[in-house]
Amino acid sequence: MTTSETPLVRVLDATGRFTPSDAAEPYLPLIDAITDAELEQFYRDMVVIRAIDVQATNLQRQGQLALWPPSRGQEAAQVGSARAARPQDTIFPSYREHAVTRIRGVDPLDIIKLMRGVSHGGWDPSDPKNGNTRLYTLVLGSQALHATGYAMGLAFDGKSGTGDVDSDQAVIVYYGDGASSQGDVHEAMVFAASYKTPEVFFLQNNHWAISVPVSTQSPVPLVQRSAGYGIPSVRVDGNDVLASYAVSRVALDEARSGLGPRAIEAVTYRLGAHTTSDDPTKYRGSDEEQSWAERDPIIRMRAFLEGRGASAAFFDDVETEGADAAEDLRSRTVELGPPPASKVFDHVYSEPHPLIDEQRAWRDSYESSFEGGAK
Amino acid sequence: MPFSKALNAGLRKAMEDDPRVLMMGEDIGKLGGVFRVTEHLQRDFGERRVLDTPLAESGIVGTAIGLAMTGFRPVCEIQFDGFVFPAFDQITTQLAKLTNRHEGRLSMPIVIRIPYGGHIGAVEHHQESPEAYFTHTPGLRVVSPSTPNDAYWMIQEAIRSNDPVIFMEPKSRYWQKGEVDVESSAVPLHSSRVVRTGSDVTLVGHGAIVTTLLQAAALAESEGTSCEVVDVRSLSPVDYEPILDSVRKTGRMVYAQEAQGFTSLGSEVAATVMERAFYALEAPVLRVSGYDTPFPPAKLEGTYLPDADRILEAVDRSLAY
Repeated sequence: MTTSETPLVRVLDATGRFTPSDAAEPYLPLIDAITDAELEQFYRDMVVIRAIDVQATNLQRQGQLALWPPSRGQEAAQVGSARAARPQDTIFPSYREHAVTRIRGVDPLDIIKLMRGVSHGGWDPSDPKNGNTRLYTLVLGSQALHATGYAMGLAFDGKSGTGDVDSDQAVIVYYGDGASSQGDVHEAMVFAASYKTPEVFFLQNNHWAISVPVSTQSPVPLVQRSAGYGIPSVRVDGNDVLASYAVSRVALDEARSGLGPRAIEAVTYRLGAHTTSDDPTKYRGSDEEQSWAERDPIIRMRAFLEGRGASAAFFDDVETEGADAAEDLRSRTVELGPPPASKVFDHVYSEPHPLIDEQRAWRDSYESSFEGGAK
Repeated sequence: MPFSKALNAGLRKAMEDDPRVLMMGEDIGKLGGVFRVTEHLQRDFGERRVLDTPLAESGIVGTAIGLAMTGFRPVCEIQFDGFVFPAFDQITTQLAKLTNRHEGRLSMPIVIRIPYGGHIGAVEHHQESPEAYFTHTPGLRVVSPSTPNDAYWMIQEAIRSNDPVIFMEPKSRYWQKGEVDVESSAVPLHSSRVVRTGSDVTLVGHGAIVTTLLQAAALAESEGTSCEVVDVRSLSPVDYEPILDSVRKTGRMVYAQEAQGFTSLGSEVAATVMERAFYALEAPVLRVSGYDTPFPPAKLEGTYLPDADRILEAVDRSLAY
């Protein structure tokens, strides 16, 4: 099956018109049931996180962050899938899921802490305010195995497949087209298929693994890979927030119902750099970027909402909220001081460890030797 | 009781004591593991607690991490030492660091069992000593019992630990018999142990070579040299006091190991003993190791692996200072 023959779930075209593809047919009742308030929320999510993302990119350029992985262009895939998850679901992000984490309740400042070099983690996944969102994982694809093991645990404990979608739990794991080449992703799919885990593999195909195009990752559409493991797999227009929401909702509910894992390839595009360390002009053409900019998920959703009669005041309000969130992030970022020196020795182990204790004591003694006149 | 049966009994006891303990690995269920260490555990505890996993080492450790996040205490079996490397990334970049990354909000109570070392005449990748890779990784604990009694107790302590433990099993000793005192108190996970007292030279080692050290000590005795033998047991952290006490008594130390010598556990212990007991030493601390070559074909392993004669040669060199 070639790319052109691969069914794609899409309901909004690039101009925001409601023109469902054939593959979208099964999802239309679900999309029809989305309320106006929910539609506006999807748009609000996308605009606000983009403002935060642009601000964070700027903060890196100004030397306030060591690194920032921009999410610009991928908002619809992230917002649709994150809004589809139920509160009891567990999220395993990679490192670009800024929209997903924010929707689950994680403070963007906690991501800033990681990128500023204040923390290796940032937030507490067990704190209810963080919506069962695990930490970012920087090693590509590692989290796919953690998610699968977690989903195995849910199944072993009877926390999925009871038939109650309001309490049954599922896991959604995010990874990219580059990570799809990692062995861990493949081993995760083997385990997931073998143990019928309540889990959704959510692949954001943003077309570029830093400078390497997706065509180098795979000669076939990536959706065929997960299908090859026996995992029902869907390809969705990742720049269409409604389609992303619908396919994710169905896949998560099927997974939580004990039907086994599901996979989604969201076809989207990273409009910015992979991270602030690379320069996309070195490896891809402006024509390509321009063609994807014309399919921007925010522009598309705005046109759709305007077509439904959303007011100018609504859009102004959303813009203001984004600007406020960005400004808030800036002011709180520059106030973040370094962590205490003792953090070097903290939590290396859960239980006491003599080598760490010795080195902590040595450092304390070394530092105190400078007191009273030493530089 | 043979070492492998003692391990089996320890695993069984841990599963009985805590329903959240589960075993996972290749061929550990119906077959009972290629060394039969998990024999009958699946029969008695079921397929949910003893998982015959797909053949994927990174998958075994990576999913164990996810299972631990939901409250299980997984015990992973890596079938042979040389096959731990496909899981190396999950062990070193994830398992070892997750508690630190979570700032102590998450524990990783996972045990990775690795049969290691030579003397079984196996083919490539089936008799290596990769322990130094793990001792070099902060966040991991690394232990290696050398007797059936230690195997029985230390596996239970490893499973009880809230930190990840790399549990190195000297596979050439699986069939070695010894007393197992199931009534005694537990062997602490991180304690070295004097297994033979002596006054002239301290012989130190871990795992299978402890038996060789005892052979060397017996031979030395017949030539009039009294050797003390210390079993390190815990490779990270090392319990130094019994080693230092012994060196302060004898003034001489030889560290023997199957692993390559360069940047090895023996190197670390030797350096620490020289730092902390310099004035007690009558001679430099000497190391006897596998050579810094790939583990050779089995027909040459007798050349590669330190035997009692090579240890005694080092004892003679030490005494000559």
